Amino acid sequence: MNVLTSSVLAAAAESTKVGNPWVNIGIFGLFVGITLIVVLKASSNNKTAADYYAGGRSFTGTQNGTAIAGDYLSAASFLGIVGAIAINGYDGFLYSIGFLVAWLVALLLVAELLRNTGKFTMADVLSFRLKQRPVRIAAAISTLAVCVFYLLAQMAGAGALVSLLLGIDDRLGQSLVIVVVGALMIVYVLIGGMKGTTWVQIIKACLLIAGAFIMTIMVLAAYGFNFSALLGAAVESAGTPDILNPGLQYGKSETSKIDFISLALALVLGTAGLPHVLMRFYTVPTAKEARRSVVWAIWLIGAFYLFTLVLGYGAGAMIGADKIKAAPGGVNSAAPLLAFELGGPLLLGLISAVAFATILAVVAGLTITAAASFAHDVYASVIAKGKSTPEKEMKVARRTVIVIGIFAIVGGIGAQGQNVAFLVALAFAVAASANLPTILYSLFWKKFTTQGAVWSMVGGLASAILLIVFSPVMSGLPTSMIPGADFSIFPLANPGIVSIPLAFFLGWLGSVLDKHTEDPIKSAEMEVRSLTGVGAEKAVDH
Amino acid sequence: MSTTEESDLGTGIDFEKEQDSEEFRELRKTHRSFVFPMAAIFLLWYFAYVLLADYAHEFMSIKVWGNFNVGLLLGLLQFVSTFGITAAYVSYSNKKLDPKATAIRKRLEAQEGE
Repeated sequence: MNVLTSSVLAAAAESTKVGNPWVNIGIFGLFVGITLIVVLKASSNNKTAADYYAGGRSFTGTQNGTAIAGDYLSAASFLGIVGAIAINGYDGFLYSIGFLVAWLVALLLVAELLRNTGKFTMADVLSFRLKQRPVRIAAAISTLAVCVFYLLAQMAGAGALVSLLLGIDDRLGQSLVIVVVGALMIVYVLIGGMKGTTWVQIIKACLLIAGAFIMTIMVLAAYGFNFSALLGAAVESAGTPDILNPGLQYGKSETSKIDFISLALALVLGTAGLPHVLMRFYTVPTAKEARRSVVWAIWLIGAFYLFTLVLGYGAGAMIGADKIKAAPGGVNSAAPLLAFELGGPLLLGLISAVAFATILAVVAGLTITAAASFAHDVYASVIAKGKSTPEKEMKVARRTVIVIGIFAIVGGIGAQGQNVAFLVALAFAVAASANLPTILYSLFWKKFTTQGAVWSMVGGLASAILLIVFSPVMSGLPTSMIPGADFSIFPLANPGIVSIPLAFFLGWLGSVLDKHTEDPIKSAEMEVRSLTGVGAEKAVDH
Repeated sequence: MSTTEESDLGTGIDFEKEQDSEEFRELRKTHRSFVFPMAAIFLLWYFAYVLLADYAHEFMSIKVWGNFNVGLLLGLLQFVSTFGITAAYVSYSNKKLDPKATAIRKRLEAQEGE
């Protein structure tokens, strides 16, 4: 995951270039054209807030599940994991398992109950039976934090991807591409709302999974559909059997081993706390459809990660680690180079366009989530104290989209050349520490109180960020963001192993120490509604 | 802005009484007796796998057939168990949870309509 940006940015600009940039741009242009038409068509029905934030709650479970896969499988999952397996072998595969298993948390504990009790945002559920203002503010802050971290990582990655796929090496050219991606995203989200964003994600997910599937078949065919022969070729190319065994990346020292446990914890618990994933559960009409969405997403995401296993070892065998590392984009060039090897410039163009579409779709999903949280949680509930109208709230949401879009463009340009790989890991760690404990407590623990929620969210967010600031990713190493200084008193790059238990503990402590008790009637209402679906938000009828 | 004001439903129902009812307790028990143990199982199994991959390199490197080793086997079994738990939960929900939840919801919605 965080392999993506670091290695792309670290990569040498000058070296082997493959394919024809104009083919790549042409195919990407075709994708933009088709999705724009779909977005325009989908947006004609955007009348109410439920239309804008939740796509009218009219998507089927299958559609939403595909969109979830589209939202979740970022360019980092595709390029990053294929590259990580090609170079680090087994340890790259470990990532994908955490990303997949995490969905069981969403399926078993979160999706349906959340759909039954919420309306548009994560804060709707968290503040259901607690005091509105403090809980909504805390939830909105952590939502915005996760979205911004994730967004910056994606935008910085977009600039880096350009040098790899379009052959644009200079800073001005890359900045221009970031502006184009950001502007397109603003157009999609502004016009299409959740409906348009969802369709972009569905189309992208189909392209990405189909592309990966075709490449997987081609790789397997090259080895007579014998997986063991493919592994053997990968070992031969790497010159060491260790790429089939764990430890190449994380087994270096005791610290790196503990760091991996910390990362695994954040991956498996973070997914069900990612606000842009949670918001997708509101786009379906019932809890049962929310369940179907997750089930469909699990099948798609699981299949996709199986493809990446074949593609990763395939790239290792057919291209070789040295050639991948030397290419512009480094580790991330494994998948594009493999596409070129298998299907020439046309397949490379397709895969490159899919990688761009991926960034576009993920950024759009993050932006609409952040805008909904700001307009619905901060503006309507806190600033306007509930006296706002849905029209006014949507106006605020649309303005927020523009502000976040511009922020993403400026931040993306500013982050070029910076080592921002830690941002994705940080987003997962914050989601797992600031969001998931409070979600689980409010759904399952009757004695949970407002103080517990605020302590857990603020404590989880603050500890995750502080630990990152005082970790080797910020200072102390040549690869740090500030290599000249050293204030790295925390040895791990992933804060989850400390911040997640701490947030669970603070949620419990804040609740048992709270002198106020919460309204038992709201608490009863939340539990009955969460399990039965009584009074759940209905689909919009057009 | 409280959620009750936002929602036009759920006003005529005594939720505390409903929460205490035999029927609802039964539904909650049915739900929790599946999702809690299942969540514990898959988390334990996942972390057992992570610890093995992290600390038991030799065990994970044992060849099963051809170049296929224990590590890859256990990794793929994580996929299998994830798919399996998903399928099990869907079938449990369809058979055990949905009928109970729907019965309570229909009763409450009828009660509210009066």
